[in-house]
Amino acid sequence: MRHIISVLVENEFGVLSRIAGLFSGRGFNIESLCVAETMDPTISTMTIVTTGNEAILEQILKQLNKLINVIKVIDFKDMDYVSREMVLVKVNATEKNREEILRMVEIFRGRIIDVSAKTYTVMITGDEDKIKAFLTLIKPLGIKELVRTGPVAMLRGEKTIKMKEKHGKGEEDGQGVL
Amino acid sequence: MKKTGAQIFVESLRKEGVNTIFCYPGGATLNITDELHHATDIKQIVVRHEQAAVHASDGYARASGKVGVCLVTSGPGATNTVTGIATAYMDSIPIIVFSCQINTALIGNDAFQEADIVGITRPCTKHNYLVKDVKDLARIIKEAFYIARSGRPGPVLVDIPKDVTANMADFHYPEDVHIRSYRPTYVGHVGQIKKALKLIASSERPVLYTGGGIISSGASKELRRFSEMLSIPVTSTLMGLGGFPGDHPLFMGMLGMHGTYAANMAVIESDLIIAVGARFDDRATGKVDEFAPRAKIIHVDIDPTSISKNIKVDVPIVGDSRNVLKKMIELLEQEKEDFKDYPSKIAPWVEQINKWMASYPLTYNRTGLLKPQYVIERIYELTKGNAIIATEVGQNQMWAAQFYKFIKPRTILTSGGLGTMGYGFPASIGAQVAFPDALVIDIAGDGSIQMNIQELATAAQFNLPVKIVILNNRYLGMVRQWQELFYERRYTWTPMDYAPDFLKLAEAYGVAGYRIEKEEEVDTVLKEAFMNKKTTIIDVRIDPYECVYPIVPPGASLKEMLIV
Repeated sequence: MRHIISVLVENEFGVLSRIAGLFSGRGFNIESLCVAETMDPTISTMTIVTTGNEAILEQILKQLNKLINVIKVIDFKDMDYVSREMVLVKVNATEKNREEILRMVEIFRGRIIDVSAKTYTVMITGDEDKIKAFLTLIKPLGIKELVRTGPVAMLRGEKTIKMKEKHGKGEEDGQGVL
Repeated sequence: MKKTGAQIFVESLRKEGVNTIFCYPGGATLNITDELHHATDIKQIVVRHEQAAVHASDGYARASGKVGVCLVTSGPGATNTVTGIATAYMDSIPIIVFSCQINTALIGNDAFQEADIVGITRPCTKHNYLVKDVKDLARIIKEAFYIARSGRPGPVLVDIPKDVTANMADFHYPEDVHIRSYRPTYVGHVGQIKKALKLIASSERPVLYTGGGIISSGASKELRRFSEMLSIPVTSTLMGLGGFPGDHPLFMGMLGMHGTYAANMAVIESDLIIAVGARFDDRATGKVDEFAPRAKIIHVDIDPTSISKNIKVDVPIVGDSRNVLKKMIELLEQEKEDFKDYPSKIAPWVEQINKWMASYPLTYNRTGLLKPQYVIERIYELTKGNAIIATEVGQNQMWAAQFYKFIKPRTILTSGGLGTMGYGFPASIGAQVAFPDALVIDIAGDGSIQMNIQELATAAQFNLPVKIVILNNRYLGMVRQWQELFYERRYTWTPMDYAPDFLKLAEAYGVAGYRIEKEEEVDTVLKEAFMNKKTTIIDVRIDPYECVYPIVPPGASLKEMLIV
């Protein structure tokens, strides 16, 4: 099963290596990883897409929590969230298919951000399904190169991920931490 | 007033109450080394190899319950500590390794004696630090001690570049630690504890399965009280030995690969496993799918990652073992009525276990050459549990665990998780430094002892009367045993015929040496050796083909024990 996890970490050197090392050392998968500073410059958010069954995911969440530099771990499973990814695609632009590419970009509300005699570079953002659909349709036209950011995610509505400090886990609810 | 990094370092150790460090010098340590020249209040045990400095601080920590501290130089000095750190990490032992580093400006340039020790030790430390600014030094040391000893304890490495030890800063040792991302849970959730008690009340064949968490949380009194209140039999992992008296009628002995028949059968037949401070390691559980097939499982552990990692748990309780047991006892006392008939209800079960213990006790065939089990039994009889026993790894370790009855916590020092050969001797040095008057015995094999034999010089230099009992079978015995049982006796790589003459070696290092070849020599020589005030080697020539029994073949279920 595929999961999106957000990890709030101390914005210090070596933290990325701790997280990446945890995944490789314990044989967990990382499908994509996206890291950047938050509003608070001492904290970074890592958005990780991983795969695994329930038991593996439980271990991933607990092991991440155990790292001293990790402030909070959120599994978006069973939560109402939005996620978006950005993709840059360099497409062969021949006389014949230029129109088709432009139409497709318009339909998917993407943008052409670079043009050469033989190529268009398209930027497109969206959730997993939208990007998949776009790539399926554009593929026959000839993709020269593709770069993806991996998704970032956020809760829907007014809810936010509280920067609240780790409190003694399990004090209130021994079950909740597991 | 401003102080140098080296002065801040030494002052910080004092603030933490450190009176002993295990160390080895190098170019990068020199500022600190020189500062310690005047520090007569801090015992400085200079080892002969950095690995031993770590094991010694680990042995010091296990025996005393305090944080062990060692200090080494950059590059090879630092990389030599890795095995020691990994050993402490697997067994949750609170130590701090201070490694000195080359100058900050040179880091990353492949300078002389440079190694990225923070990168190298990331997966085998609880946490580690590179101190980039002398202003951070005191705070980092404070945090390091706090992290090492709190929650599930573990090793912390602090890497200090040489220029940081020379640079100046104001010294304020922080009063408190505030790490927003680290708050271990000590108090178990009451609702969960009540659920656990309900499950216990309805059980008929309960087993307490206890581990190193009993030792590190200091829960042995509570464990005993709890077990006796309900008359629940106890089995322990290797790491938990001494947490419950080894001579107690409710003690079944160790479980697992070399566990007792009674303990393993009890687990197989049990309807409720109460795991406290143990982590369902593969050496304890055997084939996981067939571990305790009829049992519900209650699991008390301070580390949430240990829970439901190997075995699915019915009632998880995150918390400190001692706190949780205390709360359980408190609730039991409040609800005395509900549990009044419990001991008599489970009496048939206890009776069954007693039968197993009587029918299949730990035993061995005493005919022929001198048996290692006999030697351990005699060591127990002569010391009555009043000794600190370190072990190496392999057969010596298992015989010690089986045939020495550990009565008190913190009396066994053994590399349980990582299985580090060469651990026992330096660990016993650490324990002897912590308790100069205690009888400290390293039960070794002729293979393991050669992995840190150079420390004889350290023990001799600092007048540490450690007793090294070498169960000498001229083989790497445990591997040989597997070759005998599972590889048609092809003894490839395991013969150790080319070992030194340990008596001559003792003489060369200026320590005492004895040899035992027959049963009738055992008591006399051991008694004399235990009285000797010097570091002492006792070379015991044992039956080379003796095996450790029972054994659960690797990957097999606990019920598939091979017994004598």
